[in-house]
Amino acid sequence: MTRLSLFNVVSLTFGFVFLYVPMLILVIYSFNKSKLVTVWAGFSTKWYSELLANDAFLDAAWVTVKVAVLSSSIATVLGTMAAYVLVRGGRFFGRTLFSGMIYAPLVMPEVITGLSLLLLFIGMGLDRGVLTIVLAHTTFSMCFVSVVVSSRLMTFDNSLEEAALDLGASPLEAFRLVTLPIIAPAVISGWLLAFTLSLDDLVIAAFTSGPSATTLPMKIWSSVRLGVSPEINALSTILIAMVTIGVVAASLASKQAALRAKRDEQKAARMT
Amino acid sequence: MGQLDKNGRRAAGPMKRAILIAMPYTWLLALFLIPFAVVFKISLSDIELSIPPYTPTMKDGLWNMLSRLDFENFVFLTQDDLYWKAYVSSLRIALISTVLTLVVGYPIAYAMARAPEQWRPTLLMLVILPFWTSFLIRVYAWIGILSNEGFLNKFLLWIGLINEPLTILNTNAAVFIGIVYTYLPFMILPIYSALDRLDGSLIEAAEDLGCSRIKAFWLITIPLSRNGIIAGCFLVFIPALGEFVIPSLLGGSGTLMIGKVLFEEFFSNRDWPVASAVAVVLLLILIIPIVLFQHNEQKQAEADT
Amino acid sequence: MPLVDSVFAPWDDSDQKPLIRFRNVTKRFGDFTAIDNLTLDIFAQEFFALLGPSGCGKTTMMRMLAGFENPTKGAIELAGQDIAGVPPNKRAVNMMFQSYALFPHLTVQDNIAFGLRRESRDSNFISERVSEMLKLTRLEKFARRKPHQISGGQRQRVALARSLAKAPKLLLLDEPLGALDAKLREATQFELMDIQEKTGTTFVIVTHDQEEAMTVASRVAVMDEGRIMQVATPEKIYEAPNSVYVADFIGDVNIIPGTAKAAGPDHYEIDWAEGREPLHAISKKDFAEGQSCHLAIRPEKVAIHAEHPAADNAVLGKVLDIAYLGNLSTYHVQLPTGEIIKAQVANTRRVSRRDYTWEDQVWVSWTKTAGVLLDQ
Repeated sequence: MTRLSLFNVVSLTFGFVFLYVPMLILVIYSFNKSKLVTVWAGFSTKWYSELLANDAFLDAAWVTVKVAVLSSSIATVLGTMAAYVLVRGGRFFGRTLFSGMIYAPLVMPEVITGLSLLLLFIGMGLDRGVLTIVLAHTTFSMCFVSVVVSSRLMTFDNSLEEAALDLGASPLEAFRLVTLPIIAPAVISGWLLAFTLSLDDLVIAAFTSGPSATTLPMKIWSSVRLGVSPEINALSTILIAMVTIGVVAASLASKQAALRAKRDEQKAARMT
Repeated sequence: MGQLDKNGRRAAGPMKRAILIAMPYTWLLALFLIPFAVVFKISLSDIELSIPPYTPTMKDGLWNMLSRLDFENFVFLTQDDLYWKAYVSSLRIALISTVLTLVVGYPIAYAMARAPEQWRPTLLMLVILPFWTSFLIRVYAWIGILSNEGFLNKFLLWIGLINEPLTILNTNAAVFIGIVYTYLPFMILPIYSALDRLDGSLIEAAEDLGCSRIKAFWLITIPLSRNGIIAGCFLVFIPALGEFVIPSLLGGSGTLMIGKVLFEEFFSNRDWPVASAVAVVLLLILIIPIVLFQHNEQKQAEADT
Repeated sequence: MPLVDSVFAPWDDSDQKPLIRFRNVTKRFGDFTAIDNLTLDIFAQEFFALLGPSGCGKTTMMRMLAGFENPTKGAIELAGQDIAGVPPNKRAVNMMFQSYALFPHLTVQDNIAFGLRRESRDSNFISERVSEMLKLTRLEKFARRKPHQISGGQRQRVALARSLAKAPKLLLLDEPLGALDAKLREATQFELMDIQEKTGTTFVIVTHDQEEAMTVASRVAVMDEGRIMQVATPEKIYEAPNSVYVADFIGDVNIIPGTAKAAGPDHYEIDWAEGREPLHAISKKDFAEGQSCHLAIRPEKVAIHAEHPAADNAVLGKVLDIAYLGNLSTYHVQLPTGEIIKAQVANTRRVSRRDYTWEDQVWVSWTKTAGVLLDQ
């Protein structure tokens, strides 16, 4: 039990205040009756009702969710494959290039990825719309999934796979019945990461979308370019609330699971 | 029968293995690498009032097309002040932001690593939560804070620290704040991870041998968390260099960042060839940091096993 | 109590065909040679031990039998068939892993049933077989638990049950008792021997613990640096090692180097020190005149006396050290030449009434049949 020094306490406090106050301010002002965000005119939920009545926003939200679910699911499959290849694949022709292609998108500026993909689609004659956004999002998401899953695979005990093979499972069965269930938490967090990245993406969507497909970030962008907008405050609050509930729930669930596992092990060690 | 590789190890059926490698590989080749080739080709083209707004295209025939490509756009980039100023300005802003993020992030990561064991998962969750929240919204939040009638000015006026509102929004300062704010989790997490793995008894050994607290920090802690620092800096610097949203929302017309320039060149001016040339040059600038980043990550990954 | 079966010796029977054959097997990992031109026969229903220090190649041999490695040169035959091309999931060989490798997300009974389900047997057969295995390893009460809910000893039994479920021709055990504490280890050793006899499976165990190998095995192969030094029953290995390495590896031994001189049929005199009486040993092995040799005598075969005894071999020395082990005492006697001979004597009397103590002048002796004359 180490007591934190004053310096550390101050650092932590300042850090978390810095991270959370802006979001808190958004939430508070979303209930501001006045359209002038910085003048408090009383509590009101009217911006929420206006937001929910705004069809353009709702359509955009729907498109965004569709794209996010599709792209993150494909990205999870491809990313897990890529992780498996990187960690277990041994040497193969072009491995360095493959590894480079997995890590580069993690840091590549979005304007470059967006521009290059759009030019490719045009060169291919592809109509821009939901399909092209999904293709684009899948591409950069799979790299993030790959990093998450390969980091789990590296600590995975290989003898479990060998045991499965030894007992008669084919390599595919061994992966499906033993490896996958055990690395499932990592695969799921990879999916969640891909989902969030897709949900949140503006630049690449701006490049690769078409007239029929407007995503929520794009709608937010067109509103905020002109300055503060109370509807956006309301939308922000809704998004922040959803994320908070999700993250806190996941965190509590994993804490519970860890506690339960620890208790089981202690019980087991005490018997016999 | 399967092929044996150099170590006599059998591949999981060579066909299946080839498919397993081929699927993500082909996807990335097609949708990551080849687009760069396309960008390069278009950077060598000329602007044209047509759909698509560049010439020549494949329709003109392959050899014809290849013969009409030139480096005109790249020359143009060197001639017009705007572009190289934007590159330099971007480098400057990205570097300063990275350093600021490091200065702000390291103490937080350090404090987290020194916190009591049971707090750490909660602290981690608190750092990660903003990361899961929409990036766009979090940047947008600062507009309301930094504007002349915004929250910060109201607060400073109220406590009497200033007499007139500070102009922060639409300046480079706002961009710095925005980048630090948005990329802070990317700096904290690798550093925290490195510090967490640090063996506390090393510090104790140093103090036992006569080091003061502060000296032990500089001589032991910092060097041993070096990998985390490097990873964090790359994770901030490289994307910050090409940032578009933050300079657009928080910066002013005087804020020159290459990401903004590229976007405007593409959408406002509809000059795709020049935009492509801008992208190519940016990519060239970034190749070395990206390769270094990837190299560092691989080394870390291998060291962890 | 397991029977010390002097009748079970298929390796002596020329009509018996071996279950496993290693024929001139070499295994290289890059520049490193793990197995060097190794030839070995293992017979059905043996409890065979591969014994040696880490890095000697025993684990590599096991993995080649399981199918996780393939020989660089040479062939391995199982029941007469060359198994080189056969992947691990298609071999009638099962392995018990050192780390147990229990599937953490499956219950004990699902772990045991795993291999059977791969064979797509009908569910009645599977559940019957699983119950049989649970009974064999006394795990019936824990069938529905998951691996993290049972103790280390129980996990070991699950690993064993799982590897026996498919009634393999050959069971490989990779240091199976390493993680258990001493008392449990002893009990489990006898359990393993019991199960091996009951099921009639051929066991090949890999271990670095020579006591373990000597206890459980019908035959032991002592390995060093990719080569087999000696393959024999535990008694033969102990009483008749074929080299100084084997003699030294198993148990405690005194090695006296010298030169041999014939002194009668099978009788040799060994010159071991200037101006000292030569030692006498009986050896069926042939030694040339003046050939250098090593005389190996086990400490329990060395007697200790106050006066010069009438014995084939007697040497004077001084008690340098006494190691008290409760039931035995090992006297370290230093000879005038500087060498130390260990003599092990049962403590038939209490310590306070010990006959010999530090610094005493004593004679150590042994018969001419007690030692083994080795050439290398």
